[in-house]
Amino acid sequence: MKLKYFAWVRERVGKAEETIEPPASVRTVDDLIKWLSARDDAYAYAFEKPKVIRAAIDHAHVKSDAAISGAREIAFFPPMTGG
Amino acid sequence: MAAPVTIRIQQADFDIAREIALLTRGRTDIGAVVSFSGICRGTEGGGEIAALTLEHYPGMAETEIERRAQEAVTRWPLQGLTVLHRFGRIEPGQNIVLVLTASEHRQAAFEAAEFLMDYLKTSAPFWKREESTKGSSWIEARADDDAAAQRWTKP
Repeated sequence: MKLKYFAWVRERVGKAEETIEPPASVRTVDDLIKWLSARDDAYAYAFEKPKVIRAAIDHAHVKSDAAISGAREIAFFPPMTGG
Repeated sequence: MAAPVTIRIQQADFDIAREIALLTRGRTDIGAVVSFSGICRGTEGGGEIAALTLEHYPGMAETEIERRAQEAVTRWPLQGLTVLHRFGRIEPGQNIVLVLTASEHRQAAFEAAEFLMDYLKTSAPFWKREESTKGSSWIEARADDDAAAQRWTKP
């Protein structure tokens, strides 16, 4: 699946997007955040306050307990400040 | 006829009068057009700013705004609506966002414009970064914007 990062999450992770294949034990958005954070300090820094992080699966907002199975694209970003 | 919905995410500026003309052209069923423009201020949090840079999530930005636009068309008797949102570097005094809503009578247009703006603030994937003499930093989301969007979910 493809991961995308925006705004300060992108800056902290150090890249805008990447393709990953998490193990089957990673079932939800929250699991994915924990799995990424354990891989590298950059992710741990980006996700240090997981409650602040927003996520979208295939262009739709989701909560942290959403299942990631079948997702093509998952995005992580801070609360939005458009308008 | 079904209410035409126009959504554009663009770097370029827009002309508000032209957009209103496009929305109402050839129509005699529209009695009210409400226009909201969001403009870059020269101050943010008490400090002067040189510019804002807006980052967005291409693809999702259009999808999310389309979703809210269809919700507005379902909730209010609208004759049409337009949402334009810019990205990239925007200086004080320049346009950021435009919402136009057209209806037979004013109340639907006023309410739908407010509804759309409240959701643009809290659920459209855009992020503002401010530049000032002190450097640049991401603007934080405001709790009162969340509260404004929340009120539309009440019966």
